[in-house]
Amino acid sequence: MTGPAAWEADPIRQDPDLLTAEAAAAEVEGEARAGASGHQSEPLPDVPAAELSAATAGADVLLEVNDLKVHFPIKRGVLIDKTIGYVYAVDGVSLAVRRGETYGLVGESGCGKTTLGRGILRLIEPTAGSVIFDGENIAALKPEPLRVARRRMQMVFQDPLGSLDPRQSVQSILVEGMKAHGLDTSDAQTSARLRELLSAVGLPTNALRKYPHEFSGGQRQRIGIARALTVNPELIVADEPVSALDVSVQAQVINLLEDLQADLNLTYIVIAHDLAVVRHISDRVGVMYLGALVEEASSEALYAEPLHPYSRALLSAVPVPDPVVEDSRERILLTGDLPSPANPPTGCRFHTRCPWRQPTLCDTDRPQMLEMRPGHRVACHYAAEIASGQLQPREVTADVV
Amino acid sequence: MTALLQVEDLTVQFNRKGVAPFTAVDKVSFEVAPGQTVGLVGESGCGKSVTSLAIMRLLPKRGTTITGRVDFEGTDLLSLPLEGMRDRRGRDLAMIFQDPLSSLNPVVPIGIQVTEVLERHRGMKRSAAMVEARELLESVGIPDPSRRLKEYPHQLSGGMRQRALIAMALACRPRLMIADEPTTALDVTIQAQILALLKTLVVEHGTALIMITHDLGVVAGLVDQVNVLYGGRVVERADRHELFASPRHPYTHGLLASIPRLDAGPGERLTPILGSVSDNIPWTGGCAFAPRCSREIDACRQVSPVLEPLESRADHLLRCHNPVVPVGAGAATVAATLEEEPS
Repeated sequence: MTGPAAWEADPIRQDPDLLTAEAAAAEVEGEARAGASGHQSEPLPDVPAAELSAATAGADVLLEVNDLKVHFPIKRGVLIDKTIGYVYAVDGVSLAVRRGETYGLVGESGCGKTTLGRGILRLIEPTAGSVIFDGENIAALKPEPLRVARRRMQMVFQDPLGSLDPRQSVQSILVEGMKAHGLDTSDAQTSARLRELLSAVGLPTNALRKYPHEFSGGQRQRIGIARALTVNPELIVADEPVSALDVSVQAQVINLLEDLQADLNLTYIVIAHDLAVVRHISDRVGVMYLGALVEEASSEALYAEPLHPYSRALLSAVPVPDPVVEDSRERILLTGDLPSPANPPTGCRFHTRCPWRQPTLCDTDRPQMLEMRPGHRVACHYAAEIASGQLQPREVTADVV
Repeated sequence: MTALLQVEDLTVQFNRKGVAPFTAVDKVSFEVAPGQTVGLVGESGCGKSVTSLAIMRLLPKRGTTITGRVDFEGTDLLSLPLEGMRDRRGRDLAMIFQDPLSSLNPVVPIGIQVTEVLERHRGMKRSAAMVEARELLESVGIPDPSRRLKEYPHQLSGGMRQRALIAMALACRPRLMIADEPTTALDVTIQAQILALLKTLVVEHGTALIMITHDLGVVAGLVDQVNVLYGGRVVERADRHELFASPRHPYTHGLLASIPRLDAGPGERLTPILGSVSDNIPWTGGCAFAPRCSREIDACRQVSPVLEPLESRADHLLRCHNPVVPVGAGAATVAATLEEEPS
């Protein structure tokens, strides 16, 4: 029972009595978000996402995500499931991706980056918001037009073994998508296409008759990429495409993704937790924290000068394989863990861990993503003061044993 | 500095039905001194975890053959009776595992799991042990430790579980800690917290640490001496500054060239190592890395290289017929001066 259509048909949503009963139950459970209505994200100014950043305004935008929300209901009950709250996995994300660019999404586990990626492709039904793909709202499409539209957007998954059917040969895996979209017109053409794909991803042609278990991790990921390419997509969402691979093989796959993008004019959304990988592969990067973007900028600008306190801490925490750099760099240590997305903090979601937290605004008002510099959006009340050095972080020391 | 632990020619073989045994660790030798951090680095399948399990004697008896010596303050751990080893595990040497969820007992509260160590090794009563356990949890940075003591592993976050595991390892103040990929399952900000904690341990308490990891970034920041493993053998050993400034083994060199760096310039292309671990040839028939190596010469497929010190530096060991030529002698000198300073 998710998605816009299901949302409206949900009897609980329509019956005010049930709604109050539900709220009361939630309060009894003590699970209700403190003042749920109090800190709902304020409605974004009603402009398309592409207009929010100088990097995409007026550019050839392929994908536009407007205030996308994916909320998962938390249900409890023996016979009748009562919704006692929601996990706010993605809570109001707006972004735009230009045709032919690579947009990187980074964040720690539980920040909603995977859910956002799947929500964009509608592999998970979004709760609210729109996804405009080349002028068409994916979030509102009926099943059949959606199926047809999916030819143009494909996904590469994290676990190369888990995402390939162990009982399907590589040929069958690759042909399946082509059949579904009516692209396997003649046997000769199909086999020529398969050969072309295999050579594009660097696999031998005898791979067609083999099964996924016969390949190494890197080769399996190549099969996953080839499968995404069979239907000539324009957008590929790659969810942690290299995190399951060994470092030496990781570089092979990263280079492959870059080559394919140049040859086929692909647009990528790359989701990863490894900031070095994202920096390497992306043109623009969005940093996510607890279901929302906190900063978005070109890859160089973000890594040269992160403006959001969370991005700063995140970048300073990444180990660099150079002892000289490691010994001299300053680390911003954060205290504690990621708060629960079912009960996000009021105001700025990061204020509970922020070394720059201020007594006002931070814990009461949720900051909007505003463009501070051309193409550099950041959601922090005090970003300007922090950037100018006017505000200094509180000292956080490592826990001493 | 006298060594606390000396590993000599440690070899671990797994017997297989019908075929020759598989050698996971092949004559690995290294030493750890108090207050020193030694790193074992390599990709999956290089034998780094098996080495640590063999030191702790945690490998199954059936089907494995372990030879060599693991000398802990004059006692050979490998020849200790099982009961004697049990007394030492947790008291003298402790281990932190990669996956904190599967290394904790899911049906036993954290408090009981921590006090178990104290009761077993220090003969403490449950109530006194609980007080101590509370302090331990607090010392590794777990907020609200009294509540956490009563909770089960699934109620803790990943970083918190790893801290609980570290608290258990610390309970008897072991002089040697083995950390097997302690931060791989964690997010970078939590990783930074845990690494800072381990660093404090080594610096302030003089704990010897064996750090097992595949992450060269972690190695660069934490480890004093780096051992690069490939196919069960140490292929290069050097001080971290020396190793990162002038890696001589083509494998080490390739690893460093293939990882994207946060401080790299835009548009730089990565140089991957060709092939994968499955292309290895056995060490007996030459160099295991030869099929993937860019500097392969005839000797590589015929003569197995030996681990020997460089002519210029006695503390830089290398197992290669045709090592990478250092980029510039200048870089090595800078690194050399840098490493003199702390000692």
